[in-house]
Amino acid sequence: MEGCVATELRLGLPGTDNVRNKKRPLQEADEECGANGKSDAQDETAPPAKAQIVGWPPIRSYRKKNIQAKKNDSEGPGIYIKVGMDGAPYLRKIDLKVYSGYPDLLQALENMFKFTIGKYSEREGYKGSDYAPTYEDKDGDWMLVGDDPWELFITSCKRLRIMKGSEARGLGCGV
Amino acid sequence: MNYFPDEVLEHVFDFITSHKDRNSVSLVCKSWYKIERYSRRRVFIGNCYSISPERLIARFPGLKSLTLKGKPHFADFNLVPHDWGGFVYPWIKALAKSRIGLEELRLKRMVVSDESLELLSKSFVNFKSLVLVSCEGFTTDGLAAIAANCRFLRELDLQENEVDDHRGHWLSCFPESCTSLISLNFACLRGEVNLGALERLVSRSPNLKSLRLNRAVPLDTLQKLLMRAPQLVDLGIGSYVHDPFSEVYNKLKIAFQRCKSIRSLSGFLEVAPHCMSAIYPICGNLTFLNLSYAPGLHGNKLMKLIQHCRKLQRLWILDCIGDKGLGVVALTCKELQELRVFPSDPFGAGNAAVTEEGLVLVSAGCPKLNSLLYFCQQMTNAALITVAKNCPNFIRFRLCILDPIKPDPVTNQPLDEGFGAIVQSCKGLKRLSLSGLLTDQVFLYIGMYAEQLEMLSIAFAADSDKGMLYVLNGCKKLRKLEIRDCPFGDAALLEDVGKYETMRSLWMSSCEVTLGGCKSVAEKMPSLNVEIIDECEQMEFNLDDKQKVDKMYLYRTLVGHRKDAPEYVSIL
Repeated sequence: MEGCVATELRLGLPGTDNVRNKKRPLQEADEECGANGKSDAQDETAPPAKAQIVGWPPIRSYRKKNIQAKKNDSEGPGIYIKVGMDGAPYLRKIDLKVYSGYPDLLQALENMFKFTIGKYSEREGYKGSDYAPTYEDKDGDWMLVGDDPWELFITSCKRLRIMKGSEARGLGCGV
Repeated sequence: MNYFPDEVLEHVFDFITSHKDRNSVSLVCKSWYKIERYSRRRVFIGNCYSISPERLIARFPGLKSLTLKGKPHFADFNLVPHDWGGFVYPWIKALAKSRIGLEELRLKRMVVSDESLELLSKSFVNFKSLVLVSCEGFTTDGLAAIAANCRFLRELDLQENEVDDHRGHWLSCFPESCTSLISLNFACLRGEVNLGALERLVSRSPNLKSLRLNRAVPLDTLQKLLMRAPQLVDLGIGSYVHDPFSEVYNKLKIAFQRCKSIRSLSGFLEVAPHCMSAIYPICGNLTFLNLSYAPGLHGNKLMKLIQHCRKLQRLWILDCIGDKGLGVVALTCKELQELRVFPSDPFGAGNAAVTEEGLVLVSAGCPKLNSLLYFCQQMTNAALITVAKNCPNFIRFRLCILDPIKPDPVTNQPLDEGFGAIVQSCKGLKRLSLSGLLTDQVFLYIGMYAEQLEMLSIAFAADSDKGMLYVLNGCKKLRKLEIRDCPFGDAALLEDVGKYETMRSLWMSSCEVTLGGCKSVAEKMPSLNVEIIDECEQMEFNLDDKQKVDKMYLYRTLVGHRKDAPEYVSIL
C-alpha cells in the first residue's frame, strides 16, 4: 500500500508532509474539503470529494448566480438515477431532467463512458454496436431504452445500465 | 530638442494612440511631457488607488475618456469582501468640479452608486459613453438618470454587473429627442423592461449597431426590433422561447434574413432549442458567438448551429458542448482565435464536461488560436505538449481543472512538463493561469521561458518559496501576480521588494507570509500600499508578527495610503 501515500489527496504535494494549519473559523468549507490533509489512503481510487473550496472554481459570481438561477428555474427537483456500464469500476449519476430527449441522453452517455451506441429502430433495437442502453422500470423489469415516449420514460426509469456484448446484441431482435 | 513648433509635435502625437506609447513619449523631455499632457484625450488607470483624481485632472486638462479599474481580480471569485473599496464617486465628484469635458467613462470592478450615476449624468454636457463591467452598487434608478440627462448618449454598455432592478421604467426615461444611440447592452438586468419604450427607442436610433437584450425581452419583441434595426452588427438575444409553428417564428425568420450585418451574437438567456434554424442565415457571417449563458442549447442542436459558423474568430461556450462538440468546432471554425469553455455545472458530478481531448482537437484544427480559457475535468501533460506544438501563438492561456490539484490522470505526474511546454513554445505569452497538481518545477520553466508574461495566476501549487522566486527573478515584464493557497512565505516575499514597484499589484491569500514579513515590505517600500485584509479580525487580538496573514494585497501608488478602507483592512 506504499504507493497510496504518493497519490493521497491533500493540499500539500506528494512527498511532503506539509499539512498547512489554517485557523480561519469562517471558512469552514476548507475544513470540510476532502483535500485538507485528512485523506484516507483507501479512497485514492474513488472520485475526489466535491466539497466547495471558497472561490473555486474561479468563475465570476455573476456567472455563478446565473447557473444557480437556471437550475432553480427548471420545474421541480431533478430526477437523479444511477447509470452503470458493464465493465466499468463504478457507477455514475445523471439527472434525466437536463436532457431534451433520447438522442440527447444517449449522446451524453456516449460522452460519459466513451463508447458508441448503434442506431435505434423499433424493429431491431440498437443496431451496429456492441452496446445497448437498458433501464429498470417501476415493475423491476429491464427494458430497452427508446421504446416509450420520452416523458413516460423519465418518470418510470429507476436506473440505467449499458449492456455490452452478446447479451446486448440479443436485445430487441425478435424478442 | 525642440526643432518644431508645439503644434507640429501635437499633430504627430495625435497618431500615437496606445497608452504605453504616449507614456513613453511623455518621458522624453520636459517639452514633450508638456505637449503630450495637453493633447492627451484618453487615460487608462489600472488601479484606481495608484493615483488621485486631483492629480489626474491637474496633469490632463483635456481629458475626454477615462478608464478605471478598482478591486483586484480575485474579487471576481468572492475572495475580496464587498465593501473593500473601489468607489467611483470621488472620481466623478472631482471631475464634475473641474472643467474637464468628460465624454466617456469605462469602469471595471468598481462600486458605482446611483448618486454617482446621477452626478455623472448632470455634470458633463457632452457625455457620450458609459461602460460598466463587473461593477455593483447601483440600481435601475441610476440608469434612469443616465437615460434622462445625457442628451447625446451614444453608448450604454452594462456587462455582468450586479444591478438592483427596480423594474422597468428606466428605458422610458430616454427622451424622444435622444436619437444618438449606437450601443445599448442591458443583458445583465434581471427585471422587466417597458417593451413599447424599447421598440420606440430602437426605431428612433438609426445609428444603433449593438443591441443586447435581457431575459425579459420575448421573441415577438425581438422580431419587431430586428425589423426596425436591420443594420445591427452585434445582437444579444434575450428570450428565445417559441412555438416553431407560430406566426411569430415565421416573421422572425424573415427578420434574420434581412440582418446582413450581424457579426456578433450572444445571449439566448432563455432558450427552447427546437428551432435554431431561423438563426442559420446569419451564422455564416459571425465572427463572435457567445453561448455561455445558454445551457439549454447543447447536443446535436448546438453542433448543427456551429457547423454553420465557418468564419468564427471568437467562441464562448459551455462545457456541455463536450469533446465531441469541440471536434466539430475544430473541423468548422478554421479562423478561430479565441475559445472560452465555461463550466455548466461547477459543483456537480462532472457529467457534462470537457477533457484534454477536446482541447487537443481544437488546437489541431484551429492553428490561429491565440487566446484560451478552458474549464475542464482533467488534463494531461501529453495533451498540453501537443497543444503547445500545434499553437505556438498563444497570448492568453488560462486553464482551470475543476479539481485544483489533480495530476495527469494517465501518468499520475504533476502537470509541470505540460505547462512548461506551453511557456517554451508560446514566446508571446502575456497571460497565464495554472491549475492541477504542480511543483516548483513549473515555476522554473515559467521563469526561464515566459519572457513576455505580464499576468500570472497561481492556485494550490508549488512546494516551496523557490517557486515564487523563480517567477519574480525570471519574468521581467510581470505586472500582476495573484497567488492563493501556495506555500510561499516571507523568504520569497522579501527577496526582491524593489520588484513590486515595477508591477501593478501582488495578491497573496492563504499562503505562508506573516504579518512581520508584510510589515517589512511596507517599511522598505514607501511607494507601495501593503494591505492586510482580515475579515475575521484576528489581527486585532493577536498582533504577533509571526501570525500568518490570510489575505495580502500590495500595489504601487503615488498617493500613499487610501482613506476609504473599511475597518478590517490595515494598510501597513
